[in-house]
Amino acid sequence: MKLRPSALLLPLFLLLAWLLLTGSASGGNVLLGLACAVSITAAVAALRPLRARPRRLQAAIGRCWHVAVDIVRSNLAVAGIILGAARRPPRVGFVSIPLDLGDAHGLALLAVILTATPGSVWAKHDAKSKELTLHVLDLQDEAAWVRTVKQRYERPLMEIFE
Amino acid sequence: MNAILPWAVRFALACFALAMLFAFLRLFRGPTAEDRVLALDALYINGMLSMLALGIGFGSAAYADIALVIALLGFVGSAAMAKFLLRGEVIEP
Amino acid sequence: MSADVPLWAALPAAALLAGGGLFALVGAFGLLRLDSFYARIHAPTLGASLGTACVLAASMLVASALAERPVIHEAMIALFILLTSPVSSLLLMRAALFRWRG
Repeated sequence: MKLRPSALLLPLFLLLAWLLLTGSASGGNVLLGLACAVSITAAVAALRPLRARPRRLQAAIGRCWHVAVDIVRSNLAVAGIILGAARRPPRVGFVSIPLDLGDAHGLALLAVILTATPGSVWAKHDAKSKELTLHVLDLQDEAAWVRTVKQRYERPLMEIFE
Repeated sequence: MNAILPWAVRFALACFALAMLFAFLRLFRGPTAEDRVLALDALYINGMLSMLALGIGFGSAAYADIALVIALLGFVGSAAMAKFLLRGEVIEP
Repeated sequence: MSADVPLWAALPAAALLAGGGLFALVGAFGLLRLDSFYARIHAPTLGASLGTACVLAASMLVASALAERPVIHEAMIALFILLTSPVSSLLLMRAALFRWRG
């Protein structure tokens, strides 16, 4: 079986985490971390046969930067809403967004990104109709939310996972 | 001149303490069980942040490990409570 | 307290600490002040995202300056909080929807 580059992601990440947590990069420690990483990867592969197949990992790194910028921006927006809540209470509401993304790992990543961004929480997703319900703190323009989620987050995730 | 960092640490600790007080008030006031779990979630995040601020203040690396343990256990706790609210069971048969 | 941190690290670390503290405080203030659960669930995310990021960056900066080598041990905490805080708020949202709408 040919080894895909994405199959190396989990062991490399585990090795890095091991080295960061133990705080030393001596030869024996690297060897021990490598043994742990490989055995944990094998155990997890046996536990869950469904594999993610991420492609275009370089593009994904660029997208991380976009997500970080969005998190900072919506932090400032939500802080403004909280501090101004006495004058104008925020209009909470649900937005339903029709998604095209079907891959389970892509959806999981989308849920984490949308929920980690202040001001929006993933509320419901129907696997059959592929419809996502998103809860938004200050709902001004529903169409803008649909556009942002579909173009800014869903399309790159589809490129990476499908 | 270099006293700016200790003052920043004191300011941050005061902010986190006040934030924990707010979370405590929400914890007592409720009104729903979800609010209380949310308040506990905010409480452990702020506790973890004040450990990190103390670590900066004392220049010690041990506080980062304490923060890591608080983050791990706090997540397990609030996830278990949210799961309990959702299903009435934490571990389903 | 730590007075021997060089100035190039102390200034940005102090700014980051103050910013992180303010974000966490505003988040908790929103938790206390907003008037419905659905609005309140958004508030603590503030402390969990940018508040944590600022304080962890300050911590990395000070630890690196004190040890005179890059210390990025705190990045693990950042990654962990970034991955877990959405999961618990998602579970809480599901619980609220399930309990109030049937």
